[in-house]
Amino acid sequence: MNALIEATRIASERVPNGASISVRNLSVTYGNGFTAVHDASFELDPGSICALVGVNGSGKSTIFKAIMGFVRPSAGEVRLCGMPVDEALKKNIVAYVPQSEDVDWNFPVLVETVVMMGRYGHMNFLRMPSRADRYKVDEALERVGMSAYRDRQIGELSGGQKKRVFLARSLAQEGRIILLDEPFTGIDVKTETAIIGLLRELRASGHLMLVSTHNLGSVPDFCDRVVLLNRTVLAAGPTAGVFTQANLERAFGGVLRNFQLGGRALHDDDDTRHVTVLTDDERPLVFYGDKTRKGSDGT
Amino acid sequence: MTEMLAELLVPFSYNYMMKAMWVSALVGGVCAFLSAYLMLKGWSLMGDALGHSIVPGVAAAYILGAPFAIGAFLAGILASLGMNFVKQQTRLREDAVIGLVFTSLFALGLLMASLWPTSVSIQTIVLGNILAIADEDVVQVAIIAGISLVIMVFIWKDLMVTFFDESHARSIGLNTTLLKVIFFTLLSACTVAALQTVGACLVIAMVVTPGATAYLLTDRFGRLIVISVALGVSTSFVGAYISYFLDGATGGVIVVLQTLLFLVAFYLAPKHGLLAARRRRLAPTEAIT
Ligand SMILES: Nc1ncnc2c1ncn2[C@@H]1O[C@H](COP(=O)(O)OP(=O)(O)OP(=O)(O)O)[C@@H](O)[C@H]1O
Ligand SMILES: [Mg+2]
Repeated sequence: MNALIEATRIASERVPNGASISVRNLSVTYGNGFTAVHDASFELDPGSICALVGVNGSGKSTIFKAIMGFVRPSAGEVRLCGMPVDEALKKNIVAYVPQSEDVDWNFPVLVETVVMMGRYGHMNFLRMPSRADRYKVDEALERVGMSAYRDRQIGELSGGQKKRVFLARSLAQEGRIILLDEPFTGIDVKTETAIIGLLRELRASGHLMLVSTHNLGSVPDFCDRVVLLNRTVLAAGPTAGVFTQANLERAFGGVLRNFQLGGRALHDDDDTRHVTVLTDDERPLVFYGDKTRKGSDGT
Repeated sequence: MTEMLAELLVPFSYNYMMKAMWVSALVGGVCAFLSAYLMLKGWSLMGDALGHSIVPGVAAAYILGAPFAIGAFLAGILASLGMNFVKQQTRLREDAVIGLVFTSLFALGLLMASLWPTSVSIQTIVLGNILAIADEDVVQVAIIAGISLVIMVFIWKDLMVTFFDESHARSIGLNTTLLKVIFFTLLSACTVAALQTVGACLVIAMVVTPGATAYLLTDRFGRLIVISVALGVSTSFVGAYISYFLDGATGGVIVVLQTLLFLVAFYLAPKHGLLAARRRRLAPTEAIT
C-alpha cells in the first residue's frame, strides 16, 4: 500500500501543472441558515482516486457544490490546481458527473449530443464541433462501451448506461479533475467494475478523481485516499490509515450495520480473530482480524 | 379559375397585408424558438402570466403617447418583482402567486382602458390587430423580434446545456445565471411583440404550441428548434393571410392553425404519436430492436 502511495506521489511530481484540489477551512451555510459543512480541510494531489465517505446529509454533495462554485463558502476557500474555482472552471479543468436526480431525463437530446456537450468549453462561441471534437466524442463513447447507443434519447437508457454516458462526457471534456457524485448507486457489479477500471486508467494518466460513495466495500479496492465526512472532515489521507474500523464507526455512528462473527460460531479451530462486517446497505466492508477484505456484493 | 386565383392573390397586393404577414411570421418564428425551451422546463404558464401582466403597461403607454414596448417592458419587470416579493413574504405556492399577480395587473389594465376609452382600445390589446398595426409599432416589433432572433442563434446551445444540466454548464465555465436572465428578458420582449399580432390572451399559444408539436416529432434538440420555428413562421404567415378573408381575428386563426398541426403530430408522429403507440402495442416484438 505504501509503495503504491509512494509511486503515485512520484508520478504526481512528474505531471506538470498536475491536477490538485485544496479545500481550506471550508464552511458552507445554506440560505435557510443551516451550516452543512464546517471548517473542512483536505488536500488532494494528481494521479489519485479519493473516496468521499459519510452518512446521508453529511455534506458530500455540498462539498461538490462548493468545488463547482455552486454555493459560496461562508468561510475558507477552495482552490483547484492553485486557481480560484471560477478561473479553473473557465479553463475546463473540472468535469462533473452528477447525481442522477439532477438531470432532466425528458430533455430531447441524444446520447452523442450529451457527450458533445463535454466539448463545448473547447469550442468557439458558436459551439460548432470540429472534426477533432467529433473524434473525441467517438473515442469517449467507445471507451465506456456506449457507441451502440449513440442515437438513443438520453432518457431511454438504463441507470448504469446513463452513468456511463456522463462518464464519457467527462472524458470528452478532458478535465484533469473529475468529480463523481455517487456513481455506483443502482449499478450492477459488472458496470461498477468497468467504471472502476476506467477510473484506474485515468489515475494512471495523472487525473484526480473525487468519488462520493456508500459502497464501503469497494473503497479500499480502488481508492488510494479517503476523506471521511460528517459535517466536517473527520479524517483524510491514504486509505490504509484512514479507512479503519474505529474511524468508520466514528463517521457513521449508529447508522452503520456492524456484524461481528468469530471463534467457534464461525469455524472449528481456536482462531481468535473476528470477522467484522461493516455495511452502509451497499457493499459491506469486511475486517478479518485487522486486515481489510474486499466486500462480496452484499450477499 | 383564374378569377379565383386572382382573388387568392389579393392580400399580396396590399401593402398593409404584406406588412402584417411578414411581421407575424417574424414574431411567430422567435416565439416558437423560445417555446422550444419554455415547454421543456414546465414554465409554459409564465408566458401566459407575462402576456397578461404587461397589459396595463401598454395601456399607460398609449395614454401617455409613449412607445408601447417601453410601457410593456416596465410592466413586465413590475410583474416579476411583484411575484418575487409575494413569494418571499408568504408561503403561497408559485402557481398561486403567478395567478394572483397577473390577474391583478390585467384587471388594472382593463380598468385603465375603460377610464380612457379613446386612447386605449382594449380589444386591440387583448386580441391583437396586426392588420391595423401602425408603422412605428411595426418598427418596434421588427426590432424586438430581430434582435431576439440574432441573440438566440448565438446562445441556443449554451441555453440547451444550461437547461439540461446546469452543473455541467457551470463546469465548462458558462455563466448560467446570466444566460437565464437573458432568456427571460427575451421572453418578455417577445411576449410584447406577440401582443401586437395575437393579443394578450393568445400569447401563451405562441410560446408553447410550436415547441410542444416539435417535441412529438424529434429527439434531437437542434431539429426540434428548426421544426418549431418553421411551424411558428408558417402558421403565423398563413394565419395573417387567411385572416384577410375572414376580416380580423388574426390571432385566432394563427392559434387554430398551430393547434391543428399539433393534433396532426399528436396522431401521426413516427415515435411519440398515438398511431405509432397503437402499432407498437399490436406488434410488440417489433419494438425490441
Ligand atoms: N439547498 C439547501 N438548503 C438548505 N439545506 C440544504 C440544502 N442542500 C442540502 N442541505 C442540507 O445540508 C446537509 C448536507 O446535504 P448534502 O446534500 O451535502 O448531503 P450528502 O452528504 O450529499 O447526502 P446524501 O448521501 O444523501 O447524498 C443536509 O442536512 C441537507 O439537509
Ligand atoms: Mg449527495
